[in-house]
Amino acid sequence: MEELANLFHGFAVALQPYNIMLMVIGITLGVIIGVLPGLGGANGVAILLPLTFSMPPTSAIIMLSCIYWGALFGGAITSILFNIPGEPWSVATTFDGYPMAQQGKPGEALTAAFTSSFVGALFAVIMITLVAPLVASFALRFGPAEKFAVYFLAFCSFVGLSKEPPFKTIAAMMIGFALAAVGLDSITGQLRLTFGVTELLNGFDFLIAVIGLFGIGEILLTMEEGLAFRGGKASINLRVVLQTWRELPGYWMTSLRSCLIGCWMGVTPAGATPASFMSYGIAKRLARRGNNFGKGEVEGVIAPETAAHAAGTAALLPMLSLGVPGSPTAAVLLGGLLIWGLQPGPMLFVEQKEFVWGLIASMYLGNLAGLIVVLTCVPIFAAILRVPFGIIAPLILVLCAIGAYSVHNSTFDVMLMLVFGVIGYLLKKCNYPLAPLVLAIVLGDKAEEAFRQSLLGSQGSLGVFFSNGLVSTIMALGLVALFWSAIQEGYSRLRMSMA
Amino acid sequence: MTERSRSDAGPAHKTLEIGMALLIGVFGLIVIFGSLKAGINWGAEGPRAGFFPFYVGAAIVGASALNLWHAQRDDDGRLFAEWGQLRQVMSVVVPTAIYVGSMPFIGLYVASMVFIAWFMRWLGGYRWLTIAAIAIGMPVVTYLVFERWFLVPLPKGPIEEWFGL
Repeated sequence: MEELANLFHGFAVALQPYNIMLMVIGITLGVIIGVLPGLGGANGVAILLPLTFSMPPTSAIIMLSCIYWGALFGGAITSILFNIPGEPWSVATTFDGYPMAQQGKPGEALTAAFTSSFVGALFAVIMITLVAPLVASFALRFGPAEKFAVYFLAFCSFVGLSKEPPFKTIAAMMIGFALAAVGLDSITGQLRLTFGVTELLNGFDFLIAVIGLFGIGEILLTMEEGLAFRGGKASINLRVVLQTWRELPGYWMTSLRSCLIGCWMGVTPAGATPASFMSYGIAKRLARRGNNFGKGEVEGVIAPETAAHAAGTAALLPMLSLGVPGSPTAAVLLGGLLIWGLQPGPMLFVEQKEFVWGLIASMYLGNLAGLIVVLTCVPIFAAILRVPFGIIAPLILVLCAIGAYSVHNSTFDVMLMLVFGVIGYLLKKCNYPLAPLVLAIVLGDKAEEAFRQSLLGSQGSLGVFFSNGLVSTIMALGLVALFWSAIQEGYSRLRMSMA
Repeated sequence: MTERSRSDAGPAHKTLEIGMALLIGVFGLIVIFGSLKAGINWGAEGPRAGFFPFYVGAAIVGASALNLWHAQRDDDGRLFAEWGQLRQVMSVVVPTAIYVGSMPFIGLYVASMVFIAWFMRWLGGYRWLTIAAIAIGMPVVTYLVFERWFLVPLPKGPIEEWFGL
């Protein structure tokens, strides 16, 4: 029961007044980020990351992860009240949440959404508490070949699980790897792909890419759609909350199923968005009142919210235990770890006990704090949405610029951010997924290092990736994930040709 | 708000799709070229610096060739966007480019003030009083939060120097 003792120690760390203050600030900022279009979880965390350079790492990660929880909560508010998903993972929440609000039940919908989010997150955190140390101690035995196999599996599941065309996923991912390779080669110390541009000596920083691709790109998309907010009023009172809470246990099957879907999708780097859609789809098929889905059914709010939050939280499991983030936001947090001088991966559980368990404890507390904050402050957050886009947009753009500048104190980065923004807009419009691109920038160097070290050990033979049971299993799983998409594509093409 | 054009003319989605695939393909070729320059073979210390990126570049070229083929094949007649929508997008991109480009010379604060004011006036059509409140308020808050509280320095120009900040 060493873990339990560690966890209690973690609670002691997380419950320090300074950390609790950061937690509440993080949640509040996160909800605002989740509510505003153009400021997503990944990009919000990226912008605020430089603010944490001077903080102790544990406090920093507590604040940043709380921003993430806040963003997960915040996405639901706009979906339900305005039919505008503030985040991609809350698109499925609009299907039933918005009709509920229209029928004069916004309070019920919001309470159900927040509570299910909390349940999903709690489930995932408990899973992390139990599983992460085991995975980490297992992963301590990994050599370079096994490490590469894990990266291989992660990236293959992107190709297999994402709804975008597989070759677009591959193209986006490889662009990320190429960008990661630019600059000083970490093994030979040689310069590569810089083409004589001194600004590129240190390569592309993924934070700049995240802020540009997700922040600026999103603003450009919003501009194109010419969003006009038609605000509904929201109020939650204690009576509605308690009444909804009484009804919720009746949907325990849906909750449990959504938790499991979310955890699975979060650990494999598919992320919260597909998890929410999948969970909604399955709930619709299995629910007794499935025909009513889309017309304002509470279950249609519970299913996607639980899964999205479970997936968002579970994405931190592979990040903490293997050093492979399960979502773009987790990737940004991982980047933060590197900046604070911590080596992500299984050694964290050995060398940085206080950090890891402080973070895990803060997940319990942060989500509880998040639930309380959103339930009590919904009207305020809804009011933020009524601020017109003409004011919000320039402020977000300026914030992005500040964030991009403060990563390396370089104005070149700010220009790069804009370039990434325009590219992100074009890629998004052409249906190229951005998440694998970002993950590849973050993990590119590490994946390459593992790859080259394994080849070095085997004198260049690729057989090293199938040299023992463990590495072969992981590689085979990866190949199945790759193959999966090919089968599916072939199947759908066959169906198309038959139709 | 700038007026949205009612016409539904605009560049075809297919064109952009093909252009994007070509662009990515060219990027892949650049990566391959750069890797060849760095050396893709086996050196004294194992695979040389260009080894890994070379295959990455090859994968990019391969994937975008397939994407190009797909884009060429299925033409659903969809528009990429209407010209009016693209004008909206450009009305953000161009001033942001000017804003970003001017930052090294006049500093972040002044550039932000001008940028916010421009945006609110021309795209939002707000009263000058509202504009002044936000265009000045935001950089001041930024200064207090970033430079005073979190000690993160931001780029400054001659005007800030004149204020002695």
